[in-house]
Amino acid sequence: MNISASADVLLDVNDLVVHFPAGRRGMFGPPSKVHAVDGVSFRVRRGTTFGIVGESGSGKSTTAQAVMRLIPMTSGQIVFGGENIAEFRGEKLRLARSRFQIVFQDPFSALDPRRRAGDLIREPLDLLGIGSPREREVRVRQLLEEVGLPPQAANLFPHQFSGGQRQRLCIARAMAPEPDLIVCDEAVSALDVAIQAQILNLLKKLQRERGLTYIFISHDLGVIQHFCDEIAVMYLGRIVEQAPAQAFFSAPSHPYSWSLISAAAPPGPLRVRLKKDYLVKGDPPSPVDPLPGCRFVQRCPFAIARCRDELPVLNIQADEHFVACHRTGEINPPDFASL
Amino acid sequence: MPPVLSVKDLSVSMNGTKGMVPVLEHLSFDVAQGKTMALVGESGCGKSMTALAIMQLLPEDFRVTSGSILLDGVEVLSASPKELRSLRGNKMSMIFQEPMTALNPLYTVGNQIGEVLRQRRGLSRRDAHAQAIQFLKAVQIPAADKRVDAYPHQLSGGMRQRVMIAMALACKPKLLIADEPTTALDVTVQAQIFDLLSELQDDTDTAIVLITHDLGAVAELADDVAVLYAGRCIEQGAADEIIAHARHPYTRGLMACVPHLQLGRAIDHLAAALDEIPGMVPPLGARGPDCAFLPRCAFASEICRAQPQPPLDRINAGAAVSCWRHQEIAPGAMA
Ligand SMILES: Nc1ncnc2c1ncn2[C@@H]1O[C@H](COP(=O)(O)OP(=O)(O)OP(=O)(O)O)[C@@H](O)[C@H]1O
Ligand SMILES: Nc1ncnc2c1ncn2[C@@H]1O[C@H](COP(=O)(O)OP(=O)(O)OP(=O)(O)O)[C@@H](O)[C@H]1O
Ligand code: SF4
Ligand code: SF4
Ligand SMILES: [Mg+2]
Ligand SMILES: [Mg+2]
Repeated sequence: MNISASADVLLDVNDLVVHFPAGRRGMFGPPSKVHAVDGVSFRVRRGTTFGIVGESGSGKSTTAQAVMRLIPMTSGQIVFGGENIAEFRGEKLRLARSRFQIVFQDPFSALDPRRRAGDLIREPLDLLGIGSPREREVRVRQLLEEVGLPPQAANLFPHQFSGGQRQRLCIARAMAPEPDLIVCDEAVSALDVAIQAQILNLLKKLQRERGLTYIFISHDLGVIQHFCDEIAVMYLGRIVEQAPAQAFFSAPSHPYSWSLISAAAPPGPLRVRLKKDYLVKGDPPSPVDPLPGCRFVQRCPFAIARCRDELPVLNIQADEHFVACHRTGEINPPDFASL
Repeated sequence: MPPVLSVKDLSVSMNGTKGMVPVLEHLSFDVAQGKTMALVGESGCGKSMTALAIMQLLPEDFRVTSGSILLDGVEVLSASPKELRSLRGNKMSMIFQEPMTALNPLYTVGNQIGEVLRQRRGLSRRDAHAQAIQFLKAVQIPAADKRVDAYPHQLSGGMRQRVMIAMALACKPKLLIADEPTTALDVTVQAQIFDLLSELQDDTDTAIVLITHDLGAVAELADDVAVLYAGRCIEQGAADEIIAHARHPYTRGLMACVPHLQLGRAIDHLAAALDEIPGMVPPLGARGPDCAFLPRCAFASEICRAQPQPPLDRINAGAAVSCWRHQEIAPGAMA
């Protein structure tokens, strides 16, 4: 990607590949692999939010977890704050972990039910040996306040909180070691719309106050548009389109992006038309040993012979707007502007 | 024609350590053949409890304390266990919010759908198996002919949800209750499932109770809406009427907190905060006699504090609202 390498880039992911073993093809065939993430590159500027959208199974969580060094990666570089953390091991990795944290979708299973809220928030500080015990206590109170929970909440167990409060707890815990980067993996997807708005506003406020950088994974395009500065669309392990939010939503360019947008368009006659013309049908293909051509070819209404043979790579189409499609320019985008 | 489902003055309480605590208070709504009624409201407002009361599957300690639930003219509340089993198999079925609790972990999904088909349609084992694959295909399960032999734990959450939907479709019920049927699914599949539900409805004239907090889904699928807050219905009416002219401060708050997708044009509100409803739904046992929304309401005034929960006032043929100040809060004007 051509955002020039500079001090304001916090994270620079280069050709990330994560494959999982998937048995063998036939009894004596070569081993099969799940191509969960297959050559993903992106950069995230400090203090901004990088959104990742895509269907279930497209590799969003795997990308995030590999970047966080929570799962082994097959190959690639993860340059975080100028250092390739893909090579970090042992103590060095453990210390680096304080700088990136993750918040998951299900706030319940993410929290040990037997521990009190205060202990849960303090845990990362204890593990990393940050501050004296007294300072840690003060920090816990401070964090509770920042995420909008009363000080007494420190003594409660997770089941004594509502879903929204539990997610606040998870956010406080992620913030505890003062990370630079927080990954929110579907962090608001399980919440109802009212609580979702509260949590999104809280995340925005924390970003403003502390210059936090987010990777924000969601399948809700409305939320993504509201929350993100830059957007990457993933399909079957690859980024198929990437652009600043404004550019993406005013001129989305990949046929798969059109499908996503059609599915999320506001109700009305235009949505009916969009869904008819652009919403993909049929089965999402298997990520096990994908065929050589475009990953979207089986479901793409615009596919031509070339798409079956040749994998399209991300090409620049406008300033910082990248698209991986052989037919960019030839095929007409839907007329979203007439909405 | 009488409605398929008629709920009248339904109240449910929980028998807690401090005595009977109200969970649902005086709900009334009808769903006609081929129509969809949406129940909306925040988490904890009582949507699932309403569904479970209709199915007579309330958890232990929860009891219906008043009202009537007529399904196709039959009083569900006085049905015997045997009658209930038959009602659940033949007249109503439910897509549960948590599909794992509703699927049997010991049987393959094909077996479970097949069983329904064998009972309901008297199909042979082999035909039921073939039909089960068709139903799995209809709900977009990839490699349906292989997945038919999978056990529930071998499927992702989204796939399990789709299996539940396939099973409900196989029943061809008169009443289908769908509790957050698509929340766990991604947008493309959501859109497909919505299409599927409306196709099913066109084919079979099923009445649907759709439980959701997704107002987009309401706009697309529902004919009527009931908005629940803290176990009480606070606004009710035709879906398009309520979406266009919500009157209750809570309904309007709910609509305002959704970040709507804006297409084809630049948006300048990106940096702005979303509207939010401060605070949270009062838990069971903490609901007083006055307007339950009062502590969170930007319109609350002396009138509201001095009086009990306002009655659900009919405003016109399309709408009813429970708010002392609804006439002052003209539709369109926001707090
Ligand atoms: N540990 C694993 N072993 C084998 N395959 C895996 C493993 N983890 C993930 N996968 C597969 O990798 C692919 C990408 O999964 P991932 O969880 O990253 O998707 P996602 O985009 O986050 O989807 P969702 O929206 O459902 O969370 C999927 O096909 C998944 O089944
Ligand atoms: N098994 C239970 N025991 C005690 N209280 C319960 C139980 N299940 C639900 N409740 C309470 O009953 C009230 C209504 O819950 P219900 O499940 O109907 O909410 P809901 O509107 O379906 O919410 P959601 O959107 O989270 O599913 C809530 O206050 C909830 O905390
Ligand atoms: S490369 Fe071909 S198949 Fe792939 S998205 Fe473009 S037109 Fe469709
Ligand atoms: S009755 Fe009063 S407190 Fe209740 S919703 Fe109406 S204005 Fe708000
Ligand atoms: Mg994921
Ligand atoms: Mg529920």
